[in-house]
Amino acid sequence: MNPGGALAIYRFEMSRWFRTLTQSLLAPVISTTLYFVVFGSAIGSRMTAIDGVSYAAFIVPGLTMLSILTESVGNASFGIHMPKWSGTIYELLSAPVAWWEATAGYVGAAATKSVLLGAIILLTARLFVAYPLAHPLMMAGFMVLTAVTFSLFGFVIGVWAEGWERLQIVPTLILTPLTFLGGSFYSISMLPQPWREVSLFNPVVYLISAFRWAFFDRADVSVAASLAATAGFMAASLILIWRIFATGYKLKP
Amino acid sequence: MSDATPAAPILSIRGLTKTYAGGFQALEPTDLDIRAGEIFALLGPNGAGKTTLIGLICGLVRPSAGTVSVAGFDHVRAYRQTRSLIGLAPQELSTDAFESVWATVRFSRALFGKPRDDAYLRRLLEDLALWEKRDSPIMALSGGMKRRVMIAKALAHEPRLLFLDEPSAGVDVELRREMWALVRRLRQSGVTIVLTTHYIEEAEDLADRVGVIARGRLILVDDKAALMRRMGQREISLELAAPVAALPQDLADLPLELTGEGRRLVYAFDSRGEGASVSALIRRLSDSGLEVRDLETRETSLEDIFVGLVGAPR
Repeated sequence: MNPGGALAIYRFEMSRWFRTLTQSLLAPVISTTLYFVVFGSAIGSRMTAIDGVSYAAFIVPGLTMLSILTESVGNASFGIHMPKWSGTIYELLSAPVAWWEATAGYVGAAATKSVLLGAIILLTARLFVAYPLAHPLMMAGFMVLTAVTFSLFGFVIGVWAEGWERLQIVPTLILTPLTFLGGSFYSISMLPQPWREVSLFNPVVYLISAFRWAFFDRADVSVAASLAATAGFMAASLILIWRIFATGYKLKP
Repeated sequence: MSDATPAAPILSIRGLTKTYAGGFQALEPTDLDIRAGEIFALLGPNGAGKTTLIGLICGLVRPSAGTVSVAGFDHVRAYRQTRSLIGLAPQELSTDAFESVWATVRFSRALFGKPRDDAYLRRLLEDLALWEKRDSPIMALSGGMKRRVMIAKALAHEPRLLFLDEPSAGVDVELRREMWALVRRLRQSGVTIVLTTHYIEEAEDLADRVGVIARGRLILVDDKAALMRRMGQREISLELAAPVAALPQDLADLPLELTGEGRRLVYAFDSRGEGASVSALIRRLSDSGLEVRDLETRETSLEDIFVGLVGAPR
């Protein structure tokens, strides 16, 4: 066992982030503010309340989830893609570090950043709208679970991608549409049939629904189904990473 | 130095083979033992399979067949033990450009699971003339310094076996000498060193033993001195005062070759000193009426041996 190795990777990744702390923190604060100006104040004032929740408050969980998903995938894929690209990965591959220790280091750091960002976004949103928080512990739990799951997924993308362009393909072509169509800005119950049924195939629906439940105690789909979907996706990502290291896929010729 | 007492091998390779996915066989089945405490030079032209062999041992390349054991540990089943014992400074200068020298060596040590030891790392950086630069970001360093940073990273976890892949590639002559002095100091501290090079001079200057590799095949492994003794030849090149059309008949028993339009005689003999002495040769030439104006002797270098083994450079 080499917990020190995992910790070294975690610290390395975090220090890279802290070097650019201002922009790391400023960017989400600015984008959240923009969302609230546009959707919360300008458009939101003309929208009716959804399930008794004002529209400005309603979009808080979806908006936070949107950032957590993109940041998790972005951070984790960049974290492992960078050494692959620069060649410094030789050190990781020649070190007495098991696959799960390397994963813990990279994914742990990426998830930590996303959770911190999520917290900052929630705090910023609080300046604009006084949203309720029905299940604070469950909210934190879902946030961490989502951050870890999508950091694992991002890690897979970072290993798979052979260039910086391909690193962007999955987030742009799959993740962003899924997130926007996953109910970030609306409840899927607002959709006409058959789109409501179609939406149930979108895994992001489950994440946002459960996260929103933690705030407003109301969900589009059951919380148990959300947990199961997230856990399933996490297990799939973990198995992929395990196979990647076992076979050396795109890491070792 | 290792001639007298062959120590137990620190590295033992049996039947190690690598065929890449495209079907290219980069390494034919290879057996090799590296003795503890020696400097072993793996000599071969570019693309010979040197880096593949090192990659296989260090875990960067998956073997197609064969085994590697380091100090008795299998490098797949007991990878934690073997990797802890190995340090690797690859050929490419791959570094985290924005990190400081100090941060990067501390990271390397921690990555290998070693407890923090700033005193050791300080000595290491001082030894490598990097201590003054400890707070500089790596991207601000010269190529020679980056090369030393790579070596510092490889040594940060106090390995017993160090792989230096082309340590003097892209390093100027003066720095190369310093690099060699450094390699010798490392060996004195008890580290076994395997270096790859395509500079024959480097192998000749540094190594206790030399392995010659070409086209994925380890052609031979021998003590450097023995290798040179076994294959070494001396040549005497004699310039004649007046050109001759042919060799006089009474010199036919000597290994003489007439070149340079009859102005030059080349005499090849075994460097172990058997055969005629130089003075006896000149006496016989003058007895046959040939006057020697000038003479030059030359010992075959490792380079000649190398070219003889590997064939003419492509």
